[in-house]
Amino acid sequence: MSPDAGVAPGLPADDRGLRARVEDFLYLEADLLDEWRIEEWFALFAEGATYEVPPTGEDDEADPATSLFYIADDYVRLRERVVRLTKKEAHSEFPRSRQRHMISNVRITDMSNGVADVTCNFVTYRAKRGVVDTYYGKHVYRIDCAAQPWRIKSKRSILGMDMLYPGKLTIII
Amino acid sequence: MDTYVTPTARTISGLVIEDRERHLFRVARRAFTDAEVLDGERDNIFDRCWLYLGHSSEIANNCDFITRSVGGRELIFNRDRGGAVHAFLNTCPHRGAMVVREKKGNALSFRCFYHGWSFNVNGRFASRFDEGNYGKEHYGGGCADLMQVPRLEQYRDFWFVNFDRNAVSLADYLAGAKEYIDLVADQAEAGMEVVGSGQQYVINANWKLLAENSIDAFHGFPVHSTYFDYLKNIGSLRMEQGNSDFTARGMSDLGNGHAVIEYASPWGRPIARWVPSWGEEKREHVERLRQGLIQRFGQERGIRIAETSRNMLIFPNLVINDIMSITIRTFMPDAPNRMTVSAWALGARGEDADLRKLRLFNFLEFLGPGGFATPDDQEALENCQRGYKNVREVGWNDISKGMPRSGPPMNDDEEQMRCFWRQWRDRMAGGR
Repeated sequence: MSPDAGVAPGLPADDRGLRARVEDFLYLEADLLDEWRIEEWFALFAEGATYEVPPTGEDDEADPATSLFYIADDYVRLRERVVRLTKKEAHSEFPRSRQRHMISNVRITDMSNGVADVTCNFVTYRAKRGVVDTYYGKHVYRIDCAAQPWRIKSKRSILGMDMLYPGKLTIII
Repeated sequence: MDTYVTPTARTISGLVIEDRERHLFRVARRAFTDAEVLDGERDNIFDRCWLYLGHSSEIANNCDFITRSVGGRELIFNRDRGGAVHAFLNTCPHRGAMVVREKKGNALSFRCFYHGWSFNVNGRFASRFDEGNYGKEHYGGGCADLMQVPRLEQYRDFWFVNFDRNAVSLADYLAGAKEYIDLVADQAEAGMEVVGSGQQYVINANWKLLAENSIDAFHGFPVHSTYFDYLKNIGSLRMEQGNSDFTARGMSDLGNGHAVIEYASPWGRPIARWVPSWGEEKREHVERLRQGLIQRFGQERGIRIAETSRNMLIFPNLVINDIMSITIRTFMPDAPNRMTVSAWALGARGEDADLRKLRLFNFLEFLGPGGFATPDDQEALENCQRGYKNVREVGWNDISKGMPRSGPPMNDDEEQMRCFWRQWRDRMAGGR
């Protein structure tokens, strides 16, 4: 196997620092979520961006127009999700749960016109009233690295579990 | 001061107290916490009532199968080579392993991986071993066939099983609920279908809390204000009822513990109530669907199908809510304080692609673990369950709302829950 095995062919050979910058960006996103700075988190998204959590047990390419997703937010619904989460009347997150987002296995799978396709594994813990929920799976991002600052164009969180054991998906995983 | 505060519920039938004169209806919280009660429910309810298995569209083609847990059993729901529908107990007659391990698929035969016993999709033993291994009872006598569930019947593509061979027919059991299943099944001439693969999740609460919650209009505004804010913000809230004269707001006792609430919709309905957020281009399309329903069923019933929302509970654990989208929801207790919920979206077969998308989005905006409403219901249910830790000191739930009302019950009264609890009480006492 070549030393470059696993590196996307579209990546400029002289941009080996890109993954580190992508990782920093994802860690920033995780930190904003961990700290419930949810409006700042939303500001990471480009206008027109989407955020999706497909159903468990369907393939990664599932389409929210034909499959029943857990979450299929366009930019407006994502904004409203964030607005809702800031309210005390979002009862499932009042009092707020405590969260910790872990990111690993970061790979840039393609890069064109400054937009990076990124995948990574995630484990997200949510604790409330003595119950710890664990969510795990794979995030698939399109990140506009040409924008200043960088912006998320889409995020799809594909659950690795075979059903949704925690019952609710009220935090951003 | 109040004699009802003293927990006197030493017997199962004492767990539900109805005092019509004093307008008091009380349910002992023990009913939500005791393992002994759950044992009784398994014997008297889940082993005897008709339980929802699945929808015809989920096994649309010959040899399609799905596996499902129903009533504490592991079942295979399938169509054989000739298209006949079966429900088998998913356990090898040989030594017990589950024969089918996939969630769904299409197969000409089933084969147990443990020792290789195989079966036709009509359940017949299909292995051929060398002479001397098995006698003719295995090949022709049926003792090596997959076991069918004792009773399997359907109404309008909704399939149910019953583990009591002597149960009344499904049609008799459904009683008044049939009319309301019709209001769903009649929504498309081509029939209805389950869309996608459905949602499965766990709630840490007693299963009866979800039965109550699914037909409870009283909690709507206190619990779901953020959902209604959302509808308002995006232009999906339409409170006026247009030219509809059907503004009924009530509930019906459908018999056998089944009940429904019915009310004017504040939201859009893909079948066929338009809201501004869908855009003008969809308006005409939705109006055509509405007119089609009026043509097929007349003004009153047509508009009722198009405009009004209905939450129905079919005792003990099937919910068909025809609201901003249609959900079929069933739930099974794993323990007194834990249930597994399965929910599916139902849509018109051959539906316009944009309306199908709206239907799915309407579903996930409100319903399910990632919605803007269902998680807050779950929070309420789990909070109740936690509150029942105080059962020794605070022993009773109050389900009395609307009892002094002289006219018909309102949808945000609690009469529909009392229908459930009376049936529960009678069943738990061994009645059928």
